[in-house]
Amino acid sequence: MKLLLTEDEVMLQDAAAGFFRDKAPVTELRKLRDTEDATGFSRGLWQDMAEMGFSGILIPEEHGGNDMGYRAMGLVAEEMGKNLSASPFLSTAILAATAIRKGGSAEQQAEWLPKIAGGSTIMALALDEGGKHNPAKTATTATPSGNGFRLNGAKAMVVDGHVADKFIVAARTSGAVGDPDGLSLFLVDPKSKGVSTERTIMADSRNAARIVLDDVEVDGDALIGETGKGGEILDLVLNAGRAALSAELLGSGSQAFENTVEYIKERKQFGRIIGEFQALQHRASHLYSEIEVCRSAVLAALSALDMGLPDAGTYVSMAKAKLGNVARLASVEGIQMHGGVGMTDEFDVGLFAKRIRVAQEMFGDTNYHLEQVAQSKKF
Amino acid sequence: MSDLDKFRAETRAWLEENCPPEMRKPVKSDEESCWGGRNWVFTSDDQKIWLERMSAKGWTVPTWDEKYGGAGLTRAEEQILKQEMKRIGARSPLSSFGIWMLGPALLKFGSEEQKLEYLPPIARGEIRWCQGYSEPGSGSDLASLQTKAEDKGDHYLVNGQKVWTSYADKADWIFCLVRTDNSGSKHEGISFLLFDMTTPGVEPKPIKLISGKSPFCETFFTDVKVPKENLVGVEGQGWNIAKYLLTHEREMIGDIGLGRSVSEMAVDYMGLEDGKLPDPILRGEIAQAEVDDWAFKMTMMRMLSEAKAGVSLGAKSSMLKYYGTELNKRKFELLINAAGGDGLEWEGERSNDGHLARTWMRTKGNSIEGGTSEVMLNIISKRILELPGG
Ligand SMILES: Cc1cc2nc3c(=O)[nH]c(=O)nc-3n(C[C@H](O)[C@H](O)[C@H](O)COP(=O)(O)OP(=O)(O)OC[C@H]3O[C@@H](n4cnc5c(N)ncnc54)[C@H](O)[C@@H]3O)c2cc1C
Repeated sequence: MKLLLTEDEVMLQDAAAGFFRDKAPVTELRKLRDTEDATGFSRGLWQDMAEMGFSGILIPEEHGGNDMGYRAMGLVAEEMGKNLSASPFLSTAILAATAIRKGGSAEQQAEWLPKIAGGSTIMALALDEGGKHNPAKTATTATPSGNGFRLNGAKAMVVDGHVADKFIVAARTSGAVGDPDGLSLFLVDPKSKGVSTERTIMADSRNAARIVLDDVEVDGDALIGETGKGGEILDLVLNAGRAALSAELLGSGSQAFENTVEYIKERKQFGRIIGEFQALQHRASHLYSEIEVCRSAVLAALSALDMGLPDAGTYVSMAKAKLGNVARLASVEGIQMHGGVGMTDEFDVGLFAKRIRVAQEMFGDTNYHLEQVAQSKKF
Repeated sequence: MSDLDKFRAETRAWLEENCPPEMRKPVKSDEESCWGGRNWVFTSDDQKIWLERMSAKGWTVPTWDEKYGGAGLTRAEEQILKQEMKRIGARSPLSSFGIWMLGPALLKFGSEEQKLEYLPPIARGEIRWCQGYSEPGSGSDLASLQTKAEDKGDHYLVNGQKVWTSYADKADWIFCLVRTDNSGSKHEGISFLLFDMTTPGVEPKPIKLISGKSPFCETFFTDVKVPKENLVGVEGQGWNIAKYLLTHEREMIGDIGLGRSVSEMAVDYMGLEDGKLPDPILRGEIAQAEVDDWAFKMTMMRMLSEAKAGVSLGAKSSMLKYYGTELNKRKFELLINAAGGDGLEWEGERSNDGHLARTWMRTKGNSIEGGTSEVMLNIISKRILELPGG
């Protein structure tokens, strides 16, 4: 495993850094929030990201992507994390692209992957149903009906759900709630009869939705992969998503930290720069150490995915568990070290704290992933 | 086959052929590690054979030049050697302050004569070294040290006291920080001397630790005559050498760890109920420690790759030292917790004379020796984060 960026990777990193700093800095998220933008991200930005090749990062060349892989995905996600850039990168370019690439039929791939890579279709994964991530607890059902299925259930935390052109819905075709097996994935048109979508404004000012499926009829060819085998596809989809979130958390956590260090080098109290106080120095140095360790964890998890290691899922869980904790610590310590201004909306550190908390929760928080680690290591 | 693949194949074959079976078993106590030196009593024939074979290959110090007792391996080859040794569970043939600390400093600051004189016996495990840095009044504030060396023409006359000198009573030679000049700032006027522990006037007295053992000493110097040629580098400019050596010491201490994972050991102590450790809160803490342990290992790997690519580690060694030692202490707290009363036995065969309990106590020193955690955080603040003051 090579834990050093290649020259190409450094170039990509520089390009992504410049791109998001110019086109989607934190001020853009503020604008979206303050103007109550109906989409929740800039469609122009998403087009530009497609031109940069970011939307096709996990899509094969034959379907219009560049297939640069997970490490490249992580580099882009990290820069988005530093800038709190809102876009359908996670929902569409990572989750949906992986689901269709790994589980979809040749027809589905040929139809959807080029549209994702080109930035013309937005998709959303409708998986979680309660506040806590737990795919096995999926209660939404898909029962055979005509030549297709009838879906019933309710979904929450569906990222980009209110603007998606298609949902990928996880539903139970067999087994009881709590059973990790028996899930299937379906492509569902949000405009179908029986679908209702409610945009939920989250703490991080980013997109999510609640979706209700009430006797929604889909054709047989809406199925992704085989009936009952959705869990296997989901594992791949979620690993990609969790790894991207870990990389994003690395970006957000390290940026919140950098803002904080900058601030304590300027602010004066008691006639001294507050960064001279050892109580703050030690907390900052501890965070520095944790973030360095996180950087290795993220890179190792992404590499494991690229290499297709059999225990890549455990690597990803370890990275997500670690990053959830450390990014959160960086943001809450950041607020404290800023003092009163840290509590103001004007300073960015609070925005970082909110996004970090949401990203930490998404697809399994630290405790969820520690449980996965313990199970995989058999203790 | 690439050169590295070939090297791996040859290394594997050589190790299979030459590593005695006894030396492939995990080290159960500090005494089982081979420290070498004039007074070393080998604990087994295999221990002796293993040291001889490895040092004849130059593999006790693989990256050192052949004329200094090494094998002149590249970092990549050294990595392969380590991996191949790990693969068969081969023990390190030699534990040595000479290898970990003095060697790198001599390679950088020593004269050619000094390198030729001191390095090969280190590589062969013939001379055991100790570190004379700390003094009763100078611990974290090491540069305030007062042990005095007066210029007497062809020799220095050394007077003063060191403390916490690990294995001073067992070592043959000492690398020692002394003050040759009191007129400037505290960082000036420090010199780096080497001398034989049998020189008249050198007197180590063991100190008993909370682990019940006495690995370190107070070391007294009364009119000790040290020949001038035993000065390393320039008189009065020893602080740079001292600091350089410390970065190596810190990397080495940060790299400590267990042969097995905490969870595996905890399962041995507690057993499983329904496939899980029976204490759910401890189980969660262990899972967190496993994650941190893995992430830290990845960090060591990443830093190694950066070093290979020519990025010097610099003050990051303080980060590794801080993180690695705090993590190690945490791991032993978890192990002692998992073992419960069994882990607290201090004597007797069942507990291998309280091996776990004594090691647990010993790890408390990890975040003190070689510079405390607080001092590591000070260094990160100043050198990496460039925070003001201090
Ligand atoms: C197991 C072990 C082996 C050792 N082996 C050797 C050896 O072989 N040779 C050798 O020379 N030395 C050795 N040492 C000594 C070691 O280097 C010193 O103990 C260490 O540098 C700390 O110095 P001190 O003990 O005087 O503690 P002090 O410096 O008195 O520190 C006491 C406390 O104050 C804190 N403190 C001190 N200064 C600051 C500051 N500026 N900011 C914040 N907090 C501060 C420390 O972190 C610590 O918590 C060994 C120590 C141990 C525990």
